Amino acid sequence: MQSVPTSTAPVIELHGVNKWFGEFHVLKDIDLTVHQGERIVVCGPSGSGKSTLIRCINGLEEHEAGRIVVGGIELDQNSRHVDAIRGEVGMVFQQFNLFPHLTVLENCTLGPIRSRGMGRREAEALAMQYLERVHIPEQAQKHPGQLSGGQQQRVAIARSLCMKPRVMLFDEPTSALDPEMIKEVLDVMVDLATSGMTMVCVTHEMGFARTVADTMVFMDAGSIIETGPPAEFFGAPRNDRTKLFLSQILTH
Amino acid sequence: MSRRRRRRGPTALDFVVLAAVLAAIGYVGYRVNSVLVYQWDWSAIPGYFFRRDPKTGEWVANLLVKGLTTTVRIAFWGMIISTVLGVLLAFARTSRRLLPRLIGWAYVGFIRNIPPVPFLFLFYFFISTQLVPMLGIDRLLAQASPGTLSVLRVLFGEIALIPNFASGVFCLSLLMAAYIAEIVRAGIQSIARGQYEAGYTIGLSRLQIAWYIVLPQAVNRVVPPLTGQLITLVKDSSLVALISIQELSFLAMEIAISERRFFEVWLVTGLMYFVICYSLSLLMRRLERRALAYDR
Repeated sequence: MQSVPTSTAPVIELHGVNKWFGEFHVLKDIDLTVHQGERIVVCGPSGSGKSTLIRCINGLEEHEAGRIVVGGIELDQNSRHVDAIRGEVGMVFQQFNLFPHLTVLENCTLGPIRSRGMGRREAEALAMQYLERVHIPEQAQKHPGQLSGGQQQRVAIARSLCMKPRVMLFDEPTSALDPEMIKEVLDVMVDLATSGMTMVCVTHEMGFARTVADTMVFMDAGSIIETGPPAEFFGAPRNDRTKLFLSQILTH
Repeated sequence: MSRRRRRRGPTALDFVVLAAVLAAIGYVGYRVNSVLVYQWDWSAIPGYFFRRDPKTGEWVANLLVKGLTTTVRIAFWGMIISTVLGVLLAFARTSRRLLPRLIGWAYVGFIRNIPPVPFLFLFYFFISTQLVPMLGIDRLLAQASPGTLSVLRVLFGEIALIPNFASGVFCLSLLMAAYIAEIVRAGIQSIARGQYEAGYTIGLSRLQIAWYIVLPQAVNRVVPPLTGQLITLVKDSSLVALISIQELSFLAMEIAISERRFFEVWLVTGLMYFVICYSLSLLMRRLERRALAYDR
């Protein structure tokens, strides 16, 4: 297990993390370190535990063994620690999970106003700034149901960014999208990566992975099988399971 | 919006059914007139809406209008209290903790499985002798200024009867809350887990997620059954006549007996309930339209 050598402090550290769903051992001895500004892409076959892994990082799932430290705070039984972490870790879901009864603008301001105690005007200015960044400021007054999938996912990204998180987690953000909408979301993510955001992405978009990832992580059956920089990972995978997976996913 | 199915115009069958319905109505009217040999006399009714005060010569509200306002007041406060209670119970029933779930379950099970009349008599005794004195309503009323009293009179009716009125409203609200709780619970349980997770990741507390994300969507989804329940509440407000609260049905009964004009009085009374309930359903339909506006 080695990660890209960087001089900055780690933002996320996982040490020997284990998790079970009943009898099913979904995460096995996971060790992973994410540094400030690092961009990690996690890939692997479905059911390999990659979504569960990133859901553990912001406490959406509890881990049963091992340590998870985010921004110096350990995720443990102490709910105050969990509360401190979840505002710092943004998350974008496969199904967007926008709030359908609120406008796009209200979706973006709800967190800053209610959780951060920001004033309405300030929160709206912040929301507009991020909506511009994801290229849909003109949709601010609409409801999510009036937008396309790609637009909804960009709103979801803006909503997360409004919390000014230290890390962004992406859980298959383009998997529920029609093909013609994938690019607009990936463009926003590339832009975000270029700006220096620390990112952990679970995705099957290998083109995106090649472009932005500092580190590729390959998971299978609950374990991290291989990690490495993309050039190495795609060019000369060491593990047979990685080779098999890449051959299946890159044939087209 | 685009989901609405195209509606067809009337067909031959519709006309047959319509004719049958009209014939049935005509038959009932015929039976009432010829078989019952009922002498219709509406002359006494208008005087029960408004009467001329013999001393001042001014028009004042009489029993039917007084009863109507009392019914509207009971329904108004009943809706507010039972909805608040119902929402709290619904959240209790969907709680992750065992105790709130048990309390909610027991409450709904208790209320739904006994008829309202025994409940009303039993709880009226408890509420009027224990709860209402405990709230200190009498004491507060004694200290109130004339200005406050006139506001209270608009909101709750005759000052001397306020403790009585409160008992009736509480009884009705406790009954209705159980049904509203079940409706709202269905709404809450229809909210996808992703909504909670999204709220969680933007740092909201459990309470904030419930209030800002879950409740508005849950209520929006159950507006039609909720409308039905609120209409039931208005109609069942006539139950509090049993505990001598002088609302519309109670007073209508008195008029019907003293005037011996049963059909006239009850037809008029029924019409008055219809007007309230139908206005309510029109109001709720507007709400429903607004609630669905954001839905695809």
